[in-house]
Amino acid sequence: MVAPTGSSRSLLSRLGTSHWVSPLALLVLWEAASRIGLIPARTLAAPSTVAGTLFAMIVSGELPSNLLVSFQRVLLGLSIGITAGVVLALIAGLSRRGEAAVDPVMQIKRTIPTLALTPLFIVWFGIGELPKVALIAFASTFPVYLNLYSGIRSVDPRLIEGARSFGLSQAQLIRHVILPGAMPSLLVGLRYSLSIAILVLVVAEQINASAGLGYLINNARDFLRTDIIVVCLMVYAMLGLGADWLVRLIERRALVWRPSMVDA
Amino acid sequence: MDARLNFIDPAEPPVSVPPPVVRLRGFVRSFGETTVLHGLDLDIRPGEFVALLGRSGSGKTTLLRTLAGLDAADGQDVRVPNSRAVVFQDARLLPWKKVWRNVALGLGGADIRDRAQAALREVGLGHRLDAWPLTLSGGEAQRVALARALVREPKLLLLDEPFAALDALTRLRMHDLVLDLWRAHQPAVLMVTHDVDEAIALADRVLVLDAGRIAAQERITIARGERGDLTQPLRHKLLDILGGTPASSGVIPFRQGGHL
Repeated sequence: MVAPTGSSRSLLSRLGTSHWVSPLALLVLWEAASRIGLIPARTLAAPSTVAGTLFAMIVSGELPSNLLVSFQRVLLGLSIGITAGVVLALIAGLSRRGEAAVDPVMQIKRTIPTLALTPLFIVWFGIGELPKVALIAFASTFPVYLNLYSGIRSVDPRLIEGARSFGLSQAQLIRHVILPGAMPSLLVGLRYSLSIAILVLVVAEQINASAGLGYLINNARDFLRTDIIVVCLMVYAMLGLGADWLVRLIERRALVWRPSMVDA
Repeated sequence: MDARLNFIDPAEPPVSVPPPVVRLRGFVRSFGETTVLHGLDLDIRPGEFVALLGRSGSGKTTLLRTLAGLDAADGQDVRVPNSRAVVFQDARLLPWKKVWRNVALGLGGADIRDRAQAALREVGLGHRLDAWPLTLSGGEAQRVALARALVREPKLLLLDEPFAALDALTRLRMHDLVLDLWRAHQPAVLMVTHDVDEAIALADRVLVLDAGRIAAQERITIARGERGDLTQPLRHKLLDILGGTPASSGVIPFRQGGHL
């Protein structure tokens, strides 16, 4: 005996607990404040203006072309950084001698914030694409290295022993037991690497860029175009979301055997 | 019918024909200052089912690890067959490999899936070929571990307290399964256990390991399944050797004032 009023009440209460209400309310407030002149356009453009600018920038091709430039920087830097991180972690994780050679250096390096290296990278690599890509590569190496290395070292020794009792060779052991066992840790590292890469991209693009999202933002700043700045911030956020989605997609495929995945 | 309980003196030399699949002479194993096994002599004949009883710290796991080749024997007089397989207390299945791939681990050839399937059918899991190990119950996982051991047709099957973590009913079913598999494949079996009743129910011969030495061994010639009441004296005797009073539980008690 559920009366229509009951369902409408549940709709109201659902609205009350919905995660969309507060951001939406903020957006409405922001728009209203801009309309009545409480927020000047040179302080922060109205949401409607931002949406219009976004549309115009997509149509003119200005946003896609610059996004592509930024995207390529991240992709190139990440590929180099992740490859380096995986290779170093394998060297350090799979042999004692490799550990002695690689790990101390990596631990020392870990104490230096990557972004503090920006001036040095500019001195070494100039102000072209190279320092930007190098910074991203450098920064994204460490999360992958640290997580994969500790993942390899913390594979359940009982599983290794069990596999060894069936006469698996060292190579088979690495392939069938150690690497799959370290896979969850690698994916955690990958997730960190992707978000750090985007963070470093933002800073690296401030270095005299002539294309890319950072270039758009710098230009907009000079002309007090807060609408363009907000558009670029949104794009950065979308990049972050996209990276997260990508890792979750990989996780779903690589870790199907996990209980949480198995139950689903 | 007392002759059916054929107690053998530990000092009696083992039967030499047919040649044993496992042969240890004066085997010593120490970790630093501590000597775990003192001059152990052991023979296991082909197809013989041996149970190894002992308290925690008696050295039974160390002995099993040596026979499994997990610990180096350091040039001592140890002979074990190359084809051997271990079933551990925890099934130790690789969670990222489907059940049949776990069974086929380390095998080569084009027909490994068929071989794995045949082995899984034998343990009654022919329908779980493509299941993930983490979805199996404890008993199922242990049956997969048995299939993984038997698919290799080992001459020596090592069981390290394989049923200790299972509930009583499942354990009894596993006993029957192990006996069926043992009769079908005829490996020599060394089963480490601390359950006296389990040892009596399954084994041809029961060894009692205490402080790194074989304190006693008993050969049981009564057919399995008829052992019920007839083995009562043996049970009491084994529990006495293990240093406890003949408790009804059949599980090895801690020695009075003993150390762990």
